[in-house]
Amino acid sequence: MPSTASRAAVLSAVLLSSLLLVWQLATLPSAGTGTAPVDPEYASLVGGAVSAGGRSAFPSPAEVGGKLWQHLREPFYDRGSNDKGIGIQLAWSLGRVALGFGLAALVAVPLGFLTGLSPLFRRALDPFIQVMKPISPLAWMPLALYTIKDSALSSIFVIFVCSVWPMLVNTAFGVSSVRREWLNVARTLQVSPWRRAFGVILPSAAPTILTGMRISAGIAWLVIVAAEMLVGGTGIGYFVWNEWNNLSLANILVGILLIGLVGMALDQALGALARRFSYPE
Amino acid sequence: MPRPFISVEALGKAWPGQQPVFEELWFGVERGEIVCLLGHSGCGKTTVLNVLAGLEEPTSGGVLLDGREIAGPGLDRAVVFQGHALLPWLTAMGNVAFAVRSRWPSWRAAQVREHAQRYLDLVHLTGAEHKRPAELSGGMRQRVGIARALAVEPKVLLLDEPFSALDALTRGSLQDEVLRISAQTRQTIFLITHDVDEAVLLSDRIVLMTPGPRARVAEIVVNTLPRGRTRADVHRHPHYYRIRNHLLDFLVNRAREEPRPPAAAGALTPPLVRPGLEEVELPAAGV
Repeated sequence: MPSTASRAAVLSAVLLSSLLLVWQLATLPSAGTGTAPVDPEYASLVGGAVSAGGRSAFPSPAEVGGKLWQHLREPFYDRGSNDKGIGIQLAWSLGRVALGFGLAALVAVPLGFLTGLSPLFRRALDPFIQVMKPISPLAWMPLALYTIKDSALSSIFVIFVCSVWPMLVNTAFGVSSVRREWLNVARTLQVSPWRRAFGVILPSAAPTILTGMRISAGIAWLVIVAAEMLVGGTGIGYFVWNEWNNLSLANILVGILLIGLVGMALDQALGALARRFSYPE
Repeated sequence: MPRPFISVEALGKAWPGQQPVFEELWFGVERGEIVCLLGHSGCGKTTVLNVLAGLEEPTSGGVLLDGREIAGPGLDRAVVFQGHALLPWLTAMGNVAFAVRSRWPSWRAAQVREHAQRYLDLVHLTGAEHKRPAELSGGMRQRVGIARALAVEPKVLLLDEPFSALDALTRGSLQDEVLRISAQTRQTIFLITHDVDEAVLLSDRIVLMTPGPRARVAEIVVNTLPRGRTRADVHRHPHYYRIRNHLLDFLVNRAREEPRPPAAAGALTPPLVRPGLEEVELPAAGV
């Protein structure tokens, strides 16, 4: 009997191929309808794609695959501001996420650490966190654009804002729930506050802190696409929006697929990091 | 009268708004001695140990160690915790080295390792240095806990029901370990237990506590079995059942029927009992 893992892999493959099959069938040219009733003005605007007989406007899997291949074969070309390789766009998005997320970590982890150490501070900060956390980071965009006056920096700021809360909350929680007996060990050994912080509390809270980082990174990757659609210029979000303006659904689908794959890779990387710092009790 | 090495004097502890857990505790531990505090759970045994460790403040009275009052934790005392309390992200060696570095911060890494290794060898953990606590059995974890405590070379070793979570066989071998280490190093040991057999096997004197609240020292029982007791033959000694019965009788019957008269003149020195050598408060049936 094959293992559950291999059976799951087979099932996944079956699901994927049936999805592709349904997709293919749904986008087959409908026979015999002749010219589709398209507004000639619209047809002239978007080119031949729509007026080309009964062919569906939605791309078939093969078309999307072809586009994907085209993009992956030359990911880093740069032919002006509206025509850059998908690798360049992804790099822009990842760069913004890394910057905003990194800044957020620099603020949230130390602040969360101090918050976790003091029950008073923790309670005092709690109402602010409760109000700030549910605000969609995009709601800050106008304020950011007004005060920072730079669209690139504004999108980084938005990433910062959405990454800060999960890391702050998790760090504070991890630090405040260090086992009392470990702290007692540190006390009986008269460990210095510095060693207590970095030798006992930090390793003990590390798995919780990394879980917070993983949540933050996930949210940041969700938000960057929307932020780049708003701000424009570069990035995978802008790419998707630009292809919508070009009415290239195949390119949009390629963008969506790559957003998913990169997001998954980010999550897996942080998951692997979290496992490195986890400890069985 | 000279003060004992550890002198517990009129010790009392009350949580705010509650009856005192214990009050007016008087007893002492001599250098190189193993003294055990025996009582029902809830009489505040662990609190007494925590006060000795400096982890808790008494509400009245105090403890003198080697002539100086205990105020806060210190490296002259080391605790073996009930739940081993090893840092799970460190190896056995890492846990012991953590304590060694706390004691001698200026030591070089090699010196720390060498010192830690000596104590891991002492508790027979040679070869398991690089295992994390999760990979060790309960008994081995507690051995690491003992090595960690001994490695700081404390004046007093404090054991808080250290073997209560272990199975009988493992408990036995660890008790042997404590006896061997005590014989080898003349380490002063104060331990908490609710296990009569453990008390008889390990300790030179047994401090009996009445149940809380307002727990007190009922009496101090001198272990009339000579040193060099071993698990294999302790029960063959003619006094063994006398002392064992005396302790059991206290826990089962007499502990409940107190309260004794509050701090009379005798409070300073609770009655000393030598089961087997004198017939004090021993029911005839127990002999």
